[in-house]
Amino acid sequence: MHMIENGNVAAALGVKLAGAQVIAAYPITPQTPLTEKLSEFIEAGEMKAQYVPVESEHSALAACIAASSTGARAFTATSANGLLYMHEQVHWAAGARLPIVMCVVNRAVGAPWNIWNDHQDSISQRDTGWIQMYCCDHQQIIDSVLKAFAIAEAVSIPVMVCYDGYLLSHTYMPFEVPDEDKVARFLPPFKPSYALDPENPASLNTVTLPDVRMDVAGEIAHGYMEIRYLLQEDLRATLTVAQQVENRFAEVFGRGGDALIEPYRCDDAEYIVVGLGSLTYQLHDVVDTLRGEGQKIGVLGVRLYRPFPDEAIAAAVRPARGVFVIEKALSYGYEGALCSDLKAALYGRGAAAAGGAAAVEGGGSAGGAPFVRGLVAGIGGRDIRTADLTDTLRAAIAGTLEDGPGWIGIKL
Amino acid sequence: MGTRDYRFKTSHSLSGPGDGGKTGSWRVQRPVLDVERCTPAKRGSEACFICWLYCPDCVITRTIPPTIDYEYCKGCGICAEECPTKAITMIDEADAVATDEDPAACSTEGPRPCT
Repeated sequence: MHMIENGNVAAALGVKLAGAQVIAAYPITPQTPLTEKLSEFIEAGEMKAQYVPVESEHSALAACIAASSTGARAFTATSANGLLYMHEQVHWAAGARLPIVMCVVNRAVGAPWNIWNDHQDSISQRDTGWIQMYCCDHQQIIDSVLKAFAIAEAVSIPVMVCYDGYLLSHTYMPFEVPDEDKVARFLPPFKPSYALDPENPASLNTVTLPDVRMDVAGEIAHGYMEIRYLLQEDLRATLTVAQQVENRFAEVFGRGGDALIEPYRCDDAEYIVVGLGSLTYQLHDVVDTLRGEGQKIGVLGVRLYRPFPDEAIAAAVRPARGVFVIEKALSYGYEGALCSDLKAALYGRGAAAAGGAAAVEGGGSAGGAPFVRGLVAGIGGRDIRTADLTDTLRAAIAGTLEDGPGWIGIKL
Repeated sequence: MGTRDYRFKTSHSLSGPGDGGKTGSWRVQRPVLDVERCTPAKRGSEACFICWLYCPDCVITRTIPPTIDYEYCKGCGICAEECPTKAITMIDEADAVATDEDPAACSTEGPRPCT
């Protein structure tokens, strides 16, 4: 069934189709209509789930952690300061290996207060051990929610489905709503590998000593370090699992492709622009314009940001002469996190294998890595005009972009 | 030491003595029971057992007299605080180890299970 609705409704429909059993959320702009829609579904009896109206985001995720520990399919959603307020529990959910799915409707973080879109909220949670997917349009939102539950439950790691506040959450766009019977085929009911059972009581995630220990049954039990290593190992394996889930999704629904990256006109590109979320689809237009002017330029959208698809990204950008990373977030005091991650991917194993010094300015064709330039745009919802992007990239290719702040549209 | 074959990837503490390791080594102060003042010991009948009820680590038995398992007692002192007859006192663990031949025993009589 095709539908024209906003991004929050697309997400809510995905959660309903996924058969989430417990939803605990606290309203925050621009996520509010998503949770309102879910509570409407439950109130109308269209969705069999328990809606827990909590008093804070910290409690929202705590409730989902408890629900997920009992084997329920749990969902929450938030934005900006709400996500930061639940930060402690964000770490906890990953360490506890609970397959919770959370939509993060990306919004700028205070201070000062700002309700508009950038990526500072979810990017600042990149080190918590969650999987992070970024959506470019409404079809990706509804599909990603379904894939997120499939991935989360396959690897026992929680997933954030991130989409841009207002730009996607409140704009109307056509998308296809997956058929229920196909969803049932793609995402069978959740069968947890472990769930709390009153008949066999256990305390979860109590104080865990630095070293391994003998448990009460005389088995060698993990220490904290082993538990954390297994999380890292399984996150890295998620790069493969996410693609397997993507392939299965494509088999059932007939759409999908690359779970990690989304290249556009990159094949012969001398320059590649890298970004996250809806910005990358806007960049398609910019690239089309610049291609019309004879520039060999392409866009690389990063679909899965954590675990970081370092090898796929390095392989995609290495043939280029230059890479421009445009981000709606910043690791304050340095540069955008995606830019740092991308450079690290080029400097790692791949760069060594190429037999040359990495990140040499103007390398590319000489066999080294391409130069990488980080740019910042759209902070706090500052309008990212397609014309500004085009001018900036035109200047960047011509080498006339000063070694300035690299903040597109800054008025200082 | 260590294994990939452990059945849980996360921290699970199962019910039973000492799943978190021998936590008695954490103790700085040791609770010592004076059977002359302990209500069930004095009466020889099931009574009180406040210490058993309050012990957060379940190391005090519901026996006459109650016993304290020093292999796992962390020495939190809640039993001494709650005991209505002040039958439990906290003594310095270092002194106790130096003087006590058998630190696992808190009663020379030996416990009698409740019926």
